[in-house]
Amino acid sequence: MLEIGLSHYLTLGAILFTLGIFGVFLNRKNVIIILMSVELILLAVNINLVAFSAHLGDLVGQIFTLLILTVAAAEAAIGLAIIVVYYRNRGSIEVEDISLMKG
Amino acid sequence: MIDFAIVFLPLLGAILAGFLGRRIGDRGAQIVTCAPLWLAAALSVWVFIDVALGGNSRTVELFTWFDSGSFELSWALRVDTLTAVMFCVVTIVSAVVHQYSVGYMAEDRSIPRFMAYLSLFTFMMLMLVSADNFVQMFFGWEGVGLASYLLIGFWYEKPSANAAAIKAFLVNRVGDVGFALGIAGAFLLLGTVDFDTAFGAVEGVQNAQFTAFGIEGHALTIVCLLLFVGAMGKSAQLGLHTWLPDAMEGPTPVSALIHAATMVTAGVFMLCRLSPIFEYAPDALTVVTYVGAATAIFAATVGLTQTDIKRVIAYSTCSQLGYMFFAIGVSAYSAAMFHLMTHAFFKALLFLGAGCVIHAMHHEQDMRKMGGLMKKIPVTYALMLIGSLALAGIGIPGTGIGFAGFQSKDMVLEAAYGAHTTEGTVAYVLGTIAAFLTAFYSWRLLIMTFHGPTRADAHSFDHAHEAPKVMIYPLGILALGAVIAGMAGYGVFVGQGMESFWGDSILDLNDSIEKAHHVPFWVKSLPVAMGVLGILAAYYVYLWRPGTDALLARKLRPLYLFSFNKWYFDELYEAVFVRPAWYLGRGLWKTGDGALIDGIGPDGLSAAVRNLARRTSLLQSGYVYHYAFAMLIGVVILVSFYLFLSLG
Amino acid sequence: MVIQALTFYLFAAIVVAAAVMVIASRNPVHSVLFLILAFFNSAGLFVLLGAEFLAMILVIVYVGAVAVLFLFVVMMLDINFVKLREGFLQYLPIGGLIGLILLVELVMIAGAWVFAPQAQSQARLPIPDPEQVTNTDAIGRVLYTDYIYLFQASGIVLLIAMVGAIVLTLRQREGVRRQKISQQVGRSRADSIEIKNVPSGTGI
Repeated sequence: MLEIGLSHYLTLGAILFTLGIFGVFLNRKNVIIILMSVELILLAVNINLVAFSAHLGDLVGQIFTLLILTVAAAEAAIGLAIIVVYYRNRGSIEVEDISLMKG
Repeated sequence: MIDFAIVFLPLLGAILAGFLGRRIGDRGAQIVTCAPLWLAAALSVWVFIDVALGGNSRTVELFTWFDSGSFELSWALRVDTLTAVMFCVVTIVSAVVHQYSVGYMAEDRSIPRFMAYLSLFTFMMLMLVSADNFVQMFFGWEGVGLASYLLIGFWYEKPSANAAAIKAFLVNRVGDVGFALGIAGAFLLLGTVDFDTAFGAVEGVQNAQFTAFGIEGHALTIVCLLLFVGAMGKSAQLGLHTWLPDAMEGPTPVSALIHAATMVTAGVFMLCRLSPIFEYAPDALTVVTYVGAATAIFAATVGLTQTDIKRVIAYSTCSQLGYMFFAIGVSAYSAAMFHLMTHAFFKALLFLGAGCVIHAMHHEQDMRKMGGLMKKIPVTYALMLIGSLALAGIGIPGTGIGFAGFQSKDMVLEAAYGAHTTEGTVAYVLGTIAAFLTAFYSWRLLIMTFHGPTRADAHSFDHAHEAPKVMIYPLGILALGAVIAGMAGYGVFVGQGMESFWGDSILDLNDSIEKAHHVPFWVKSLPVAMGVLGILAAYYVYLWRPGTDALLARKLRPLYLFSFNKWYFDELYEAVFVRPAWYLGRGLWKTGDGALIDGIGPDGLSAAVRNLARRTSLLQSGYVYHYAFAMLIGVVILVSFYLFLSLG
Repeated sequence: MVIQALTFYLFAAIVVAAAVMVIASRNPVHSVLFLILAFFNSAGLFVLLGAEFLAMILVIVYVGAVAVLFLFVVMMLDINFVKLREGFLQYLPIGGLIGLILLVELVMIAGAWVFAPQAQSQARLPIPDPEQVTNTDAIGRVLYTDYIYLFQASGIVLLIAMVGAIVLTLRQREGVRRQKISQQVGRSRADSIEIKNVPSGTGI
């Protein structure tokens, strides 16, 4: 219990991941929270990668985390820009209003 | 080569007129069809002299048709006396009708099509009569059926014409199935479809038995009866006759050519051609006799009361075909052919004369709206009178002088009496009564149309006019035939020269003609007496005592209605065949096709696909969180699967 | 050892609690702040794992840029967040059930994770001894050599994201007067001045 191993970190990652998914569900109207939940999911992935990296003694995991960070940053920037544009056009960011693709 | 030319010249005309009709125009189409026909007619006379009179029969091989194992078949033209006679009849009548159509159809919109159909019919008919084997004959048989269908339905804008065409086609189908089965049976029994080989093999199988479904029968009789069913269909014998009167919906030249002179006699020709087979099936011949006699009397009674000028003649045709069949039934094939030949002339004459009347009255066919036309169209009247005299069989018994019908019909009746069998006597009695009726309705037609005060409205009566020369002149040829064909043909067809004339083309084991020449004088003169009596009766009823007809109709109302409604054959068939078939077809359509096959097959599949697609498209809600949820489900499933693999 | 374990549990608990608050908070501003808290503690966990460079990057990039961006957008948009929370609990049962299943399964997998004996020796890029080479140094050595293309590619991704964000949000406002130097310089006498001959005594 006091010996912190890989499984502790993996469990933490799993909990974070699940919470992220859960967030997408609970806040199904608020896109901003959904984006934050996605960030949480990515964070869970990062924790997993770093944990594996540390326990396997392999630096590749950390390099990958770095790349994921950049992609996450880009995604957040674009996502928020889209929300801003959408809000300007529709006056709302409710996900349920975003149904133009529905046949 | 010359035989080849006769058969294929009409086809050439049909192709030219049919496919190039637009380019060469109406006049061109008339020329390219009439010219080959006249040429073919001239060649036919030459062939007749060469083959029939010169005894120079031959078979012209064209090319191999089938060569499958032991089954070999060639296209070949069998030119013997029988064929030569038919060549003459078909080409001459056809040429006349082509010529006549130039005038009769002058105002029609699709002349090239009409001329092409006529020529196509002629080709098919020639193919039929020159066939060297069953299959080739069947080809021609179906070909004339097709041409008949096309020509009956020529005025396709008229629903009644379409219905008549379909009816003719369907009723003929019944006969054709019999014919096809007969051919199959003959092939099974004789091992060949080639006429020469088949005729040679008949004697060997004359006692063959046939077992099917536990019933044993004389094989040849069954084959012959099946073949006769085919002949019944094409020649409109009692039972399968219903299409012929309706076929009068077609243009009048068509009625003259196809439904009087040539195609309907194909059945007679076929039985004569197959005489070597039928002679060994006496039971089948008995049936033929009864059917022929019944048809003769039936059609004559119906003809008494019809009011449409063409239908009267159509029933008359039906009746005369009955004569030919009972002649065949008593083995008098040559008499049947003789009557066929003379009948072709005078019946075509009558039809074309009726066409002139219709032409004069602006397409009015109802005789009740005619009358008194004698002064308006005297030439037509004269021609019709000649035709009627020939049809009624007027002549002087014992001298050999008389119209065509006199010679041939009397020969047929004498042969029936001379057979000295029950069926022969029955046929003679019925035929003699029919002769009386024939004369009666012929003169009823003449009187109602030409004599007495007119019943037509003033306008059409005043504008009634003689047909153009292009229509009248061809009738002269037919009138000539109606007068002299009997006297000219008697000697060679059924007289002294018949042995050498027919050669091997007809087999008669009963010496029927010989017997016919030895019947008592009263037998020979009775039909003529009946004919004269019929004429006088018609004059009495319709001219001398007007009103007698209405009185008779009132007094004998049930009989009148029975005859007027054609013995209720159409109604009977409607109830027995058409309606059940209709219900069956409708049932199969609705439940079998619609509900079962379509329901499960195409429609069911498409409905299922559409249903599935609709349900699937519900998943595509367009809401992001629905997709996220689907992704989550996928993740859960993947993880579960991994867990299952690693644990299990 | 005990301190390390306690630290882990502290950080982990705070991360989980913060994550719960991120998704459950009524106010999105609070959500963003809890997200920042979660990132901070994750950075702490990274330090615990010996990945100092990533911990710093996380703090700088996420907390300094991304989370602030979130905060900025949340505050800038005039949104009725109460209305957005309607139906918050509508999907709780099914979402909770599936989330629970997922969690249980993931934990089962994570808890049963065992390395193969030779896994340690098969490292692609073995981490050098931290006593001699720092983590930042080690990452820099491989990032600029072996992974230079990926590094450049991620740079391009960021550039495109930046351009895209600007393109999306930039707009020309009507009625805003700007100085257009090229127009000022390009003016000529012909299109600036119109001379009219006014007859005397009539006025214009």
